[in-house]
Amino acid sequence: MNINLTIIGQAIAFAIFVVFCMKFVWPPITAALAERKKKIAEGLDAAERAERDLQLAQEKATENMRKGKEEAAAIIEQANKRANQIIEEAKEKALEEAGRVKAAKQAELEMEVNQAREALRAQVAALAVAGAEKILEASIDANAHAQLVEKLAAEL
Amino acid sequence: MASGTVTSSEYISHHLTNLTFGNHPVNGWSLAHSAQEAAEMGFWAINVDTMGWSIALGVLFTWLFRKVAKNVTAGVPGSTQNFIETIIEFVDDNVKGIFHHKNELIAPLSLTIFVWIFLMNTMDLVPVDWIPFIAGEMGVHFMKVVPTTDVNATAGMALSVFALIIFYSIKQKGLGGFLAELSFQPLGKLMLPFNLFLELVGLLAKPVSLALRLFGNMYAGEMIFILIALLPFWVQWVLSVPWAIFHILVITLQAFIFMVLTIVYLAMAYDHH
Repeated sequence: MNINLTIIGQAIAFAIFVVFCMKFVWPPITAALAERKKKIAEGLDAAERAERDLQLAQEKATENMRKGKEEAAAIIEQANKRANQIIEEAKEKALEEAGRVKAAKQAELEMEVNQAREALRAQVAALAVAGAEKILEASIDANAHAQLVEKLAAEL
Repeated sequence: MASGTVTSSEYISHHLTNLTFGNHPVNGWSLAHSAQEAAEMGFWAINVDTMGWSIALGVLFTWLFRKVAKNVTAGVPGSTQNFIETIIEFVDDNVKGIFHHKNELIAPLSLTIFVWIFLMNTMDLVPVDWIPFIAGEMGVHFMKVVPTTDVNATAGMALSVFALIIFYSIKQKGLGGFLAELSFQPLGKLMLPFNLFLELVGLLAKPVSLALRLFGNMYAGEMIFILIALLPFWVQWVLSVPWAIFHILVITLQAFIFMVLTIVYLAMAYDHH
């Protein structure tokens, strides 16, 4: 256990190792550590931002869905209303048409009745005249008695 | 190795003698054949085993860390990189917690101290006879494998740290400021000699305590391993296993203490009192 040259040799070796460590070992490793720290911080930041974005998007989606539902409901209601309206309109039109057809038919009927009546009247007049002729066996002036026959026919 | 031909004290002193190469007054430049010859060589001799093992371990440390540093990635680290990063962050946290100035040397210095001393201390856990036995078979008589049980190794590092303390003190405060700090406190200008004496003792105590604390702990630990190795082989484990497990704590703790005290001393060199 003597102090000898080893003490200086150790100091030199120590200095060499320290310098080597300072130049070639410490800087790259600490640089990498710092870079990783930065990366992790950025990653956490990005994750937080993404989470916030996601929340916003979800809110937006919910909002859109609600709006869509409302719109759909409005459209359906409108369609129902329109359908009812169309049905009403159709009903009205149908009634109108029916009325018109009924009126036309009635008019036609009346006309035919009138025609029949006219014809009948004429025939009755003729028959009456013929009857009277037969009864009287005499010639009656048709013109002179036309008024009388008309009156008779009208009473029929 | 505790065979009948070797007495216990011979065995112990054999295990505590470094392989010294130096200029012996009688034998000239040669390896010392005994502790006494090594002592006769005086200062101009070198402990080959201490230098060899410490440099080998230092190279192992720099090689491993350099390998990781070259392929370092900021992405997902591999297991080796993860391990190295853990050590680096541990050291960096300690440096940042104690030393608040800007200095590019302190952190790598602390890392080197911590890992290198840890590796040198770890050699203590290699069973005490293995490497000396192999060396003996190869014709090398002395082989102390734990460099930190050689006071030269610990003092070499402590003196380097001491040089840095002086350097940074003068760099930060100027030569005058540094001398004033040594002279004018704690008791004011009138008590200058007393102050100087007190402060110089305090200053010199730093490297001495650094060197001797580490050396003393490791030397004592090694000594106990050697004493345990004197027991019959079938009962050694009863003591050596618990002592080795306890020593895992000691070797880490001593490396840590050396590192932290270095940081503290250098922080003190920076701070104005």
